[in-house]
Amino acid sequence: MSVLTSLTLKGALDGLNAGDFTSVELTTAHIEAIEAARPLNAFILETPEHALSMAAASDARRALDLQGPLDGAPLGVKDLFCTKGVRTTACSNILGNFIPQYESTVTSQLWRDGAVMLGKLNLDQFAMGSSNETSAFGPVTNPWRSTSSNKPLTPGGSSGGSAAAVAADLCLGATATDTGGSIRQPAAFTGTVGIKPTYGRCSRWGVVAFASSLDQAGPIAKTVEDAAILLTSMCGHDPKDSTSLDVEVPDFSLYVGKSIKGLRIGIPKEYRVDNMPAEIEKLWADGIEWLKEAGCEIVEISLPHTKYALPAYYIVAPAEASSNLARYDGMRYGHRAQGANLTEIYENTRAEGFGDEVKRRIMIGTYVLSAGYYDAYYLKALKVRRRIAEDFDKAWERCDAILTPTAPSAAFGLGENSNDPIAMYLNDVFTVTTNLAGLPGLSLPAGLDANGLPLGLQIIGKPLDEGTVFSVAGAMEKAAGFNAKAARWW
Amino acid sequence: MAIDVATVRKVARLARIAEPEERLEALAQELNGIMTWIEQLAEVDTDGVEPLTSVVGAGAPLREDVVTMGGDAEMITFNAPKSIDGFFVVPKVVE
Repeated sequence: MSVLTSLTLKGALDGLNAGDFTSVELTTAHIEAIEAARPLNAFILETPEHALSMAAASDARRALDLQGPLDGAPLGVKDLFCTKGVRTTACSNILGNFIPQYESTVTSQLWRDGAVMLGKLNLDQFAMGSSNETSAFGPVTNPWRSTSSNKPLTPGGSSGGSAAAVAADLCLGATATDTGGSIRQPAAFTGTVGIKPTYGRCSRWGVVAFASSLDQAGPIAKTVEDAAILLTSMCGHDPKDSTSLDVEVPDFSLYVGKSIKGLRIGIPKEYRVDNMPAEIEKLWADGIEWLKEAGCEIVEISLPHTKYALPAYYIVAPAEASSNLARYDGMRYGHRAQGANLTEIYENTRAEGFGDEVKRRIMIGTYVLSAGYYDAYYLKALKVRRRIAEDFDKAWERCDAILTPTAPSAAFGLGENSNDPIAMYLNDVFTVTTNLAGLPGLSLPAGLDANGLPLGLQIIGKPLDEGTVFSVAGAMEKAAGFNAKAARWW
Repeated sequence: MAIDVATVRKVARLARIAEPEERLEALAQELNGIMTWIEQLAEVDTDGVEPLTSVVGAGAPLREDVVTMGGDAEMITFNAPKSIDGFFVVPKVVE
């Protein structure tokens, strides 16, 4: 069991192809690991029977030499992706026992390519949060612990379940989504690799909406190559999403291992923020050295509007959320509360169904869109958003990719930031700019801090240039030689 | 700017979220904290800048005007809190 679950996705696919083990054996090993890891609270719904039947079907396909690129690989699915016939909640009580009658495009592509679904993964409610603590199912606990304390740490958020499950070897990879950093910050906190592709690469159809102009799906994986393999399956044009890009999807794994000699890497001076731990500064400097050694040219760049990205995000995202979440009215699906009249039923339904952070964001969104404030807040934020996108356009004249830290700290203790919304929002200070500009961003583990906790570096690429991002990440992964794992305590 | 209790009450009503009267003061403080932090956007010169509504360059795609899916009442009402014979059952709307 331990051997099979410690494989990378690539290693497992090679083993399946070589006939070293079957998908049923591989899947069984993961099901046992999930059962043993319930204290982590990463999976909020385990679907072992479903998984074993998919695994058996995969073994049958392989016997006929009809296997797809992911055939037999057991994966976890963030509970924001609708899965046909399998409860999907966005970790909110308002969806209750929602059983989708359709499959999200992204997950349908994974199953098309032969992957096996192990179950649904915990997240911050409606993907609103940076610590997984807003989940109606309770927080996920990070498999990593500080060497100086046993206190439970956050795996980050919103894709905390996805990141923790991959880090703890409960699945070979997982789907995730990223609206302001929800793939990359959890990846950094758990020593895993996560990529948010260019906006429009992955279809949003069947993914519970948070902020539609920012939401993008992507994988969390054990290695850069695994992330590339998964992303290749997840991307592709979908007529059911009007913002889905009709562009060719390359085999991203072919970019991993390519030489990055001669590439120009931008280092944005504005990403040196106050109170950033010296260890993160040091790691960033290490990353720059690795890229120099690989033959890259390092270029200092300026992204002058960086500090305005989070405030702009906290207008744009809540505004879109207040509109998207208007659909939860208790009439067509989900929770319906009692009330004396229709308005009261709506109000009680939403008061009972939504968690505090979701209500807070809906209220902010409603406020900034309300009469008299629309121009001052919403329109202003959209203009600042263009300024931020223009910063990157200018930067691309001087560099081919950008290197930054992923998050301003290592994983923090559960409960530490939960009473201070702005402190929590600052987790996304380095990641949110790429959502606003629609750019691809990847986080990879690059080292450990003094407490033995993983730290991540982020690579930002030009629109649709995930290939270069993967090449740079592959070279950095090799140079970093990061192979630490969370010591098992669960 | 300052969001007062009356504003919170109004916004909660617009958002159709029941907030008990005794929560409004705390909510006003919370929202004020966030909005004050957001105020720094005023520092950015955005004169003559077009608002960025979409990072996807292309315009809205068109498709053939044909039925793609639908016509399945059982599927549509599957998750309804109340339904009868493929219809949603909702509270009385018109008195």
